[in-house]
Amino acid sequence: MFDTLEILLDATVRAGTPILFATLGAIINERAGIINLGIEGLMLIGALAGFAATHYSGSLLVGILVAFVATYIAGAIHALITVQLRGNQIVSGLALTMFGIGVTALFGKGMVGLTIDGFERIAIPGLSSIPVIGRPFFNQDILIYLSFLLVYLIWFFFYRTRWGLAVRTIGENPAAADTSGLSVSRYRFLAVTIGSGLVGIGGAYLSLASTPMWIENMSGGRGWIAVALVIFAGWSSPRALLGAYLFGGLTALQLRFQAMGTTISAHILQMLPYFFTILVLVVSTIRLQKGAGQQPEALGLPYDREDRK
Amino acid sequence: MLQIENIRKTFPGVVALDAVSFSVKEGEIHTLLGENGAGKSTLMNVLTGLYHPDRGSIRLAGEEVHFTSPRDSLSRGIGMVHQHFMLVPAHSVFENILLALDGVPNFFKRREWKAKIQALIDEFQLDLDLDTPVWKLSIGAQQWIELIKLLMRDCRLLILDEPTAVLTPQEANRLFDVLRRLKEQGKSIIFISHKMREVMAISDRVTILKKGRSIDTLARGEFDEARLASLMIGHDRIPEWQKNLQMSDEIVLTIDNLSVRNDRGLADLDKFNLTLKKGEILGIAGVAGNGQKALAEVLTGLRNATQGRILARGEDITNSNARRSYIAGIAHIPEDLKAIGIAPDMSVDENLIMKSFKNGAFRTWIFQDKRAIRRNAEEKIEQFAIKSGPDGTPVRYLSGGNIQKVIIARELSEEPSVLVALYPTRGLDIGSAEYVHKVIADGADQGMSTILIAEDLDELLKLSDRIAVMFRGRLIGYADPRSTTREEIGLMMSGENRNAGSAA
Repeated sequence: MFDTLEILLDATVRAGTPILFATLGAIINERAGIINLGIEGLMLIGALAGFAATHYSGSLLVGILVAFVATYIAGAIHALITVQLRGNQIVSGLALTMFGIGVTALFGKGMVGLTIDGFERIAIPGLSSIPVIGRPFFNQDILIYLSFLLVYLIWFFFYRTRWGLAVRTIGENPAAADTSGLSVSRYRFLAVTIGSGLVGIGGAYLSLASTPMWIENMSGGRGWIAVALVIFAGWSSPRALLGAYLFGGLTALQLRFQAMGTTISAHILQMLPYFFTILVLVVSTIRLQKGAGQQPEALGLPYDREDRK
Repeated sequence: MLQIENIRKTFPGVVALDAVSFSVKEGEIHTLLGENGAGKSTLMNVLTGLYHPDRGSIRLAGEEVHFTSPRDSLSRGIGMVHQHFMLVPAHSVFENILLALDGVPNFFKRREWKAKIQALIDEFQLDLDLDTPVWKLSIGAQQWIELIKLLMRDCRLLILDEPTAVLTPQEANRLFDVLRRLKEQGKSIIFISHKMREVMAISDRVTILKKGRSIDTLARGEFDEARLASLMIGHDRIPEWQKNLQMSDEIVLTIDNLSVRNDRGLADLDKFNLTLKKGEILGIAGVAGNGQKALAEVLTGLRNATQGRILARGEDITNSNARRSYIAGIAHIPEDLKAIGIAPDMSVDENLIMKSFKNGAFRTWIFQDKRAIRRNAEEKIEQFAIKSGPDGTPVRYLSGGNIQKVIIARELSEEPSVLVALYPTRGLDIGSAEYVHKVIADGADQGMSTILIAEDLDELLKLSDRIAVMFRGRLIGYADPRSTTREEIGLMMSGENRNAGSAA
């Protein structure tokens, strides 16, 4: 019984981590007031860039760095359009996703079938031998530990540093930040690019840890789930962890069912996590309307100083 | 210390500032007086670097400066309290102030900075709790936050853009006390207003702006109310009107225990009661944000009541379509024209029949009768003296006053029994505002009742037969404009009911 739970939890964390990275990245975008619907495309770019770099350099660290840089640059396109040129954020984000799908399919052709040595588990002495939670949380690869750290760091950044306060203010009321002498466009640009970089690491997790290989369109909609989880999380990083693991847990559960040889169709089971996403969206939207959670007031609105109000 | 010369600023299609010059001395309160649309706010946005002037110069202590962002002006000690507060409602008072400060490290010590800000709050004996989220605070308190932001930065020149528009008379006096103290400390203040009473009370010098030009600067002793008013208005013709004080006792509208909840589940209107008599102009006084908008919206059918009833001559019209023909509404025209009231890209003709396009007079079967629509427009343009430009001009190109006239003409065309006017003169120049008043007063003579919601007490006192005071969505009480002082109404606006027993 405990064994089963332990295995399930372990699979939950591993399935939830790429979504966690992507959700955290999206939260940073949206906290600054920029909607990024390019998450799905960014994950793919991160996955392919990370895989290719690791394959050619033989270093996982290089792979992660390249994944971050590649998506940072891709994010900069979105930032250029939405922040500098004040373009439509929805259209730009959708374009980024389609670009990501297309470009990775094209350049990924030669990568299909290649293999690398993926991330290995590092057991934390002592903690990893705790029953049930030891293995899922303290005997994992380094990226998972990084994701734990990021959840805390992002919370700390937003609520304990002046930078974070500035980003939050810009997401709520850019004019207030502007009249206080802060550069709205600089903060927004960096929030979009750094956030995108985190999404890229989430993508790289798929091709470097989950299944160490490149498969076309391997993100399989996880980027969209991250977009939905941002709302579920109420733009807070600790809640993003919860949401990502809920989704990861459902993925793990349906795999477990399949392995047990149930008579329910595999297609239905695979649908479960996505169905859950829709449910989450409905519930969190209702909660939002009742005033719980806090969507940044200026989310989706370009800021133009000379726009007469 | 500050000299402004020949500033010009245009927006696409509009000359907001034409030629403005004036100067501010150390330790003086300098008032910029001008009608709505005279360019006061634009001028200040130029001065703080938010807008870039097309022409002209700004000199600070003799040295010419070019501000490209508010950061520049702040670093030179110029700070501004904007008319629309630059605050984040979801953040705490502390976070709002902290972000505006200079020299806060990125990893700041919470306690230390809180103490610093608290010290200043105590110095001016303000009632502000640093941990409260801003949305929970009154507008008056929010203004203190804006002022604290500037004082913490040690600004030498403070600009206040119509700071009293949202305050009760008591709060305004409190603000003036603080401003005088700041002046004694050697700070200069630019005070923007169009309320004569305040200008007289506080100014050392006054510069009058009109249509984007600075007309004159007068020092204390050189000006009186009449002089200032005539300079501000110039040769514009002001429509004259007279109010008929006779009012019948027939009650045409009863609001009974009416509540309206907003998206957050909070009550915008909370068990509100009101009676309106035939031919009456009933003024609604209250600090903005105390439910006036909800009242207008529920009466004109934009929102539904969650509780209570609206009765028209005893008949229940709550949430029913009947109220549409019974009650008409006008609201002020926001500058950006995005809000309700008109379809900005459609012509005057079309906007005028928007309420009655189903009317047989304007159509043949399903087709519009263009000729009838045009004839109607010509009538209305003549009757309400609308300057509408060439035939077919989209309404958006009209001035605020003329757009307001289009709306009034349309709303009155169905001869409603009740007119709800929500800030009908906000943003209008004096001539247009008086025209609106005239229409309301004339309507009263013909038996139309008006609920006039305004934030300017003088406007309410002048026009109303009775004044009802609102606070937090409730009716605090009625006041007789002939026997009640501004101060008494001010007290009621802050929630105090002077005659709790007999009111309501």
